[in-house]
Amino acid sequence: MELLIALLGGTLRISTPILLAALGETIIERAGILNLGIEGTLLLSAFSGFVVAQLSGSLWLGLGAAVLTGVLLGLLMGFLSVTLKLNQHVAGLGITLLASGLALYAFRLLYGGSSTPPALEGSFTQFQPLHGTPLGPLFRQYGLTYLALLLVPLTGWLLTRTAFGLRLRAVGENPEAADIAGVNVAAVRYRALALGGALMGLAGAFLSLAQLGAFAHGMVSGRGWVAIALVIFGHWQPSKVLGGALLFGFLQALQLRLQAEGVNLPYEALLALPYLVTILILALTGRNTAYPKALLKPYYREGA
Amino acid sequence: MFRLERAPAPLWQRALVPVLAVLVTFILVSLVILGTGVDPLAVFREVLFEPLTSRSDRLEVLVQATPLLLTGVAVAVAFRGGYYNIGAEGQLYTGALAAALVGPRLGGVPAALSVAVMLAAGFFGGALWALTPALLKIRLKVDEVVTTLLLNSVMLFLISALLNGPWRDPVSGWPRSPAIAASAQFPGIIPRSRVHLGLLVALLAVALLGWVLRRTRFGLELRAVGLGADAARFMGVRVRRVVLISALVSGGVAGLAGVGEVAGVHTYLIGELSPGYGYTGIIVATFGGLSAPGILISGLFLALIDTGTLSASRTLGVPVYLGDVLEATLLLVTLAFLLLNRYRLRWAVKRPVG
Repeated sequence: MELLIALLGGTLRISTPILLAALGETIIERAGILNLGIEGTLLLSAFSGFVVAQLSGSLWLGLGAAVLTGVLLGLLMGFLSVTLKLNQHVAGLGITLLASGLALYAFRLLYGGSSTPPALEGSFTQFQPLHGTPLGPLFRQYGLTYLALLLVPLTGWLLTRTAFGLRLRAVGENPEAADIAGVNVAAVRYRALALGGALMGLAGAFLSLAQLGAFAHGMVSGRGWVAIALVIFGHWQPSKVLGGALLFGFLQALQLRLQAEGVNLPYEALLALPYLVTILILALTGRNTAYPKALLKPYYREGA
Repeated sequence: MFRLERAPAPLWQRALVPVLAVLVTFILVSLVILGTGVDPLAVFREVLFEPLTSRSDRLEVLVQATPLLLTGVAVAVAFRGGYYNIGAEGQLYTGALAAALVGPRLGGVPAALSVAVMLAAGFFGGALWALTPALLKIRLKVDEVVTTLLLNSVMLFLISALLNGPWRDPVSGWPRSPAIAASAQFPGIIPRSRVHLGLLVALLAVALLGWVLRRTRFGLELRAVGLGADAARFMGVRVRRVVLISALVSGGVAGLAGVGEVAGVHTYLIGELSPGYGYTGIIVATFGGLSAPGILISGLFLALIDTGTLSASRTLGVPVYLGDVLEATLLLVTLAFLLLNRYRLRWAVKRPVG
């Protein structure tokens, strides 16, 4: 029992950055944009959060910088994919390459080639609401973890119950109709990218300011791609995305535990599982996959 | 007065795009370098001209260009048909994996045959890794971008499992595959340099791409599909077949890049075999306008940037990641400038009214 609770606590911690990033990507994809800039956005915002926190001595300023980085990269994606209407795959990948390159460039510049990552003097601490009780390890979490869980229903509410969410989905499903109804397609897509980017910024901040308390080259290591997979796995619905993120977090927590226990197991098999399952789901749902209908399609106004 | 008309750009204007893209890229990246406190012009001189002044650096550019030309061709074959294969990185590693599996078993086999077997294995491996996304695309219309992208990570996990499991050297503990047989190693083609047979393979691939696109029925069909699958189908092109073949060839050529790195550079497989050649291939292909001559120039140009930033990091202390920043900026700026090709720049004489 104790073991299970520790395992579930680890699950929540590991799920957090992936959940935040996947929620951000969900919002963006529901508006009709596939943002492959996610992987680089996570790294650059983890980096900017770390640098600002270290220079200013304030974790909160660091958090703000990470969110701002996510928003700015989202707006850059907007300029490329909405204003210039470039191919979203290549533009997004370009942002990932650019943001990763900038993060590593600036990191090397500021901290030299030292192999040990410089650490923050203090990182975010965990809340311990049920300390001392058997459930303590489960609830001993960073504030960002609680925020991420809270953002699941909030994102769902935003997408389905608000006027902005309605416009956002309209733009992602049928931009022509939305335009005729008086919705500014480009403005809604920009806002979705900025909002989604902010969530990706939170994910990056979680990595450097909470989980690791430092910055390291490989700290994102494909989490952005996992998030892309989870959005499909979760059928573009926040609650199902949460399920996928928890499943992924559990597999990783299990793998860490088994490794610590010295169980000899190719842990890569567990890590590859979410990717394979996503591809399997795509294969099984095939043509019926519930893609937002205007995903990947730039919107051209008739006659323009 | 100059005027923009909505019409396909003439050739001279198309040739202007890469020139403008490079200029704007260097201006934008200058801002990054200025923040570093180094003179951007000094950096660019070091990056773009310094490698050309010494024999060893010039040849090193060719070594760097070998995988880039191959992944550039791989990406272009797919993109030309409107199939967005983002999986060249994984396909490269699959080719390398095939080479690492076959290579050690080729002891005693004549060198020419060994090399041919290595290339065939790598091509087959890369194509195999490209097969699932291609089939999902043509059978079920599953978007290939996500599937090819995710399979990159899966292949890296698979190779990591092999390197840390059965392949871990029991003596040194090094995570690397058994060395390939001497006969399977690519011979050097220029004395006193690391330039290997893979360069010839890469040049041949570029030439073949040009020939297929311009001179063959398949190339015509591929271009037609890329311009619009529905119209191509109407013209009688078997679209699915064309997409499948181009996807498999794309994966196969990316696999050849992996073979080259294993057989021509390292003689074994390591986890850091590719610093992202598969992704850089997308830049090579895009900057090269998805054409053979363009890819030749852009592959060499990006290899020059890679070699030059390495030397600039030694002499000027600029972080070596400057190369990544330059190449990514070049990709985004090129994409934006390609929009100009939809317009025609004309000299419009104002006629007096009446």
